[in-house]
Amino acid sequence: MQATVETKEAVVIKFAGDSGDGMQLTGSQFTNEIVLGGSDISTFPDFPAEIRAPQGTLAGVSGFQLHFGSREIYTPGDEYDVLVAMNAAALKVNIKRLKKGGILIANTSGFDSKNLRLAGYDKNPLQDEQLGNYTVYEMDVTRLTRECLEGLPLGTKEKDRSKNMFVLGFLFWMYNKTPDSTIRFLQEKFDKDPVVLEANIRSIQAGYNYGDTTETFTTRFAVAAANLEPGVYRNIMGNQATVLGLITASKKSGLPLFYGSYPITPASDILHMLARHKNFGVKTFQAEDEIAAICSAIGASFGGCLGVTGTSGPGMALKTEAMGLAVMLEIPLVIIDVQRGGPSTGLPTKTEQADLLQALYGRNSECPMPVVAASSPSDCFESVFEACRIAIQHMTPVIFLSDGYIANGSEPWKFPAAADIPEIKVTFARPNGQPFMPYQRDEKLSRPWAIPGTPGLEHRVGGLEKENITGNVSYDPDNHELMVKLREEKVQRIADYLPQQKIEIGPEKGKLLILGWGSTYGVIKSVVKDLYEQEGLPVAHVHLRYLKPFPTNLGRLLRNFEKVLIPEINNGQLIKVIRDQFLIPAIGYNRIRGVPITKTELKEKALEVLQS
Amino acid sequence: MNIPSAPATSLTTKDLKTDQDVRWCPGCGDYSILAQTHRTLPELGIPREKIVFISGIGCSSRFPYYTNTYGMHSIHGRATAIASGLKATRPDLSVWIITGDGDGLSIGGNHLIHLLRRNFDVNILLFNNQIYGLTKGQYSPTSEFKKLTKSTPYGSIDYPFNPVALALGADATFVARSMDVASKHLPEIIKRAHAHKGTSFVEIYQNCNIFNDGAFMVYTEKATQPDEALFLEHGKPLIFGANRDKGIRLNGFTPEVVNIQETGTSDLWIHDETDQVKAQILARFFDDPAKPNHLPRPFGVFYVQQRPTYEELLEEQIQSVTERLGEGDLDKLLRGKEVWEIK
Repeated sequence: MQATVETKEAVVIKFAGDSGDGMQLTGSQFTNEIVLGGSDISTFPDFPAEIRAPQGTLAGVSGFQLHFGSREIYTPGDEYDVLVAMNAAALKVNIKRLKKGGILIANTSGFDSKNLRLAGYDKNPLQDEQLGNYTVYEMDVTRLTRECLEGLPLGTKEKDRSKNMFVLGFLFWMYNKTPDSTIRFLQEKFDKDPVVLEANIRSIQAGYNYGDTTETFTTRFAVAAANLEPGVYRNIMGNQATVLGLITASKKSGLPLFYGSYPITPASDILHMLARHKNFGVKTFQAEDEIAAICSAIGASFGGCLGVTGTSGPGMALKTEAMGLAVMLEIPLVIIDVQRGGPSTGLPTKTEQADLLQALYGRNSECPMPVVAASSPSDCFESVFEACRIAIQHMTPVIFLSDGYIANGSEPWKFPAAADIPEIKVTFARPNGQPFMPYQRDEKLSRPWAIPGTPGLEHRVGGLEKENITGNVSYDPDNHELMVKLREEKVQRIADYLPQQKIEIGPEKGKLLILGWGSTYGVIKSVVKDLYEQEGLPVAHVHLRYLKPFPTNLGRLLRNFEKVLIPEINNGQLIKVIRDQFLIPAIGYNRIRGVPITKTELKEKALEVLQS
Repeated sequence: MNIPSAPATSLTTKDLKTDQDVRWCPGCGDYSILAQTHRTLPELGIPREKIVFISGIGCSSRFPYYTNTYGMHSIHGRATAIASGLKATRPDLSVWIITGDGDGLSIGGNHLIHLLRRNFDVNILLFNNQIYGLTKGQYSPTSEFKKLTKSTPYGSIDYPFNPVALALGADATFVARSMDVASKHLPEIIKRAHAHKGTSFVEIYQNCNIFNDGAFMVYTEKATQPDEALFLEHGKPLIFGANRDKGIRLNGFTPEVVNIQETGTSDLWIHDETDQVKAQILARFFDDPAKPNHLPRPFGVFYVQQRPTYEELLEEQIQSVTERLGEGDLDKLLRGKEVWEIK
């Protein structure tokens, strides 16, 4: 019997299994095939901090969520159309977000008595009527995989590692996809291990054929290409885009890139990826700790390089004193903070936007630094490039905020041509016959960058207060006040060189403005699209990339709306700054659960505010 | 050890002075170290603009302000980390780290050991006065056991570091000790440190005449120096004493003092800077000089090893990867592996 093909506008799939089940790989490979078909997509990997939590437990469940469609996709989706549960624990953790009528694909060998016990089930939920609301496909993935690998010189344990590929093959069948890109990927990954390669490919094919030949499955789905802006696209994750942005800024400024970092989730991939790009002249340095990481970048920057350091919240805390030094030295430096749940070690693999106040204020004394935040995986590219540009052109350290959700999430990216990206002009100081004044400022209030090796410009800088213009150590009271004001004014003046804040969607004036920053971009946009474009309500979306200084028109823009709602994955941080600077009674919407805000909950809140 | 002869340079001691008033306490050993450094730098043949002094926090760390080269007075303990990033990206510069026992061994201890193992080609001058001077007289990680200070009114119960042994333990490739007032010895050691390709660790005994006056007097004073200080010379036997009549001999791995007049010089320990095991033993000549039958304290170069520097290896790696993959193409990078087109 030929299965019928049903066309879907958008689908949310969640792959869930044990940490060792390869769910991240499964999800990312499925993503690759989907994007190559031209659908829009948003992904959300969600995994435990433990490398291998005890097998079969709720704590060990690792998931990969993806939302793709023939229309524009802004979030990974609130509820799943399809849930793949490799074991009982994966079902228990995820079932509450499977849509009514959704498809559950369950690996029955993951529901044996041991797995049921570890997941806390008294009886097998697959045999329970509770699942009556769903279409349940039971398949013994373990047995089917072992069968298709019969004859290969591999132990049972090794054979079981291909289980995820069987499921992937089945999903490819279900969504009418051919596994070409995955097979290319596997060929590259296992080019020295033909047996493992064979096992993986056989499993994919077996999964695909299982769908094709087993008559249980009567429906296949098709998702058409999305109506995205014409152009050439690639799939990109946030940390990847950050890496590309840094290398691009290095090339466009002509400054060699130095990246000093200490491994920390979820920022480590930036270090890993940059380390591979040595042929771009990139120097990476795995420092002994977070402090050495930023200090090495300061040293590189003092020497005339693009000095960058990257970390997450706890590491930011450690870098604080050195950031103060960079502010005092007034040299370019970019500090990347891929935020995660905190405080302290917090939730290493979960997302949060709770380092904003730390970025803005978390240093001793008056220590102003520009702050730039990325709003989506691909936006990391432009935003980090902007951070580099501001640092170099305004002679200041800059904080770039990303977070775990956009760092690991992915989306299609219409990447630019290198030639279309503007240069970043760099001017090193040259001797001009006059005595050199290291703290003589230009119209931007930035000081000259005089690098060692330049004859005639020998000078000393340091963390002690500087005398205006000469840069000599000064304890003079009036000078200190002047310098504090100058440093603040220098950062504020950057706003004159920034683009005006635009409205993402919606009217220029109206009842409600939803103001966001960072990774809430997608969810706010999809809510406002519904409310404004479909329901015709007077709601607009403004999303901030520049958090210090704010674009100069922001105040005017905010005052055009009766109400301002600020959703954040923190306990209310941007809202404090907005209230402080613009004296408006903004309303907060704060979810601090380590996961992105859902469209349903935000829409509900927006409607409530509209009606109040 | 061959010291390359310094090429002619127009740089003079006077050129190295800045217009800043030196603000160390009158009588501080730092003045002498500054003077020796200013006297020695012109002999090294490095153009002034290529010299960078980086310091942390503490009395010694004011040094860069008084030297007319490039310089950075950074934050507590981090000069080593800042110097690492600078040298990694600017191998052409002559980078000098000025630190103290608190800055380098306490708050900056971690960065120090990692700098030493990585072997960046930089020079560390660690001014050891066995006290915290700038914070007004607390004990430091090199202060002797039971030391009475403001923060240890009943005596310190912190066991002190032995900086030379620490440096050797971190696989430093050049380890030496000198003292502030040794106006011939210190310049020689500074020259040797500069000539060494790799991290040079120089511990300099420095008198803090305000909070720890006379801490090293037995090694610096004419009356006691000959019997208490042992000056190391490569290839020469270990001989000391007012009448040059005492020598050091190894009995197995145990050093012992012998009377040369009785034993002759033939089986004396001959100093070999390249012998790591012997350097470790020499580093343990660290007895309290008040202890009876103690060994003399060695000064000079303990150990030298040739090992590739971090920045050389980094450049080599970049070169070899670039040769293999070709120079990075930004368009290719942005494009990635797989793309699709929407028409």
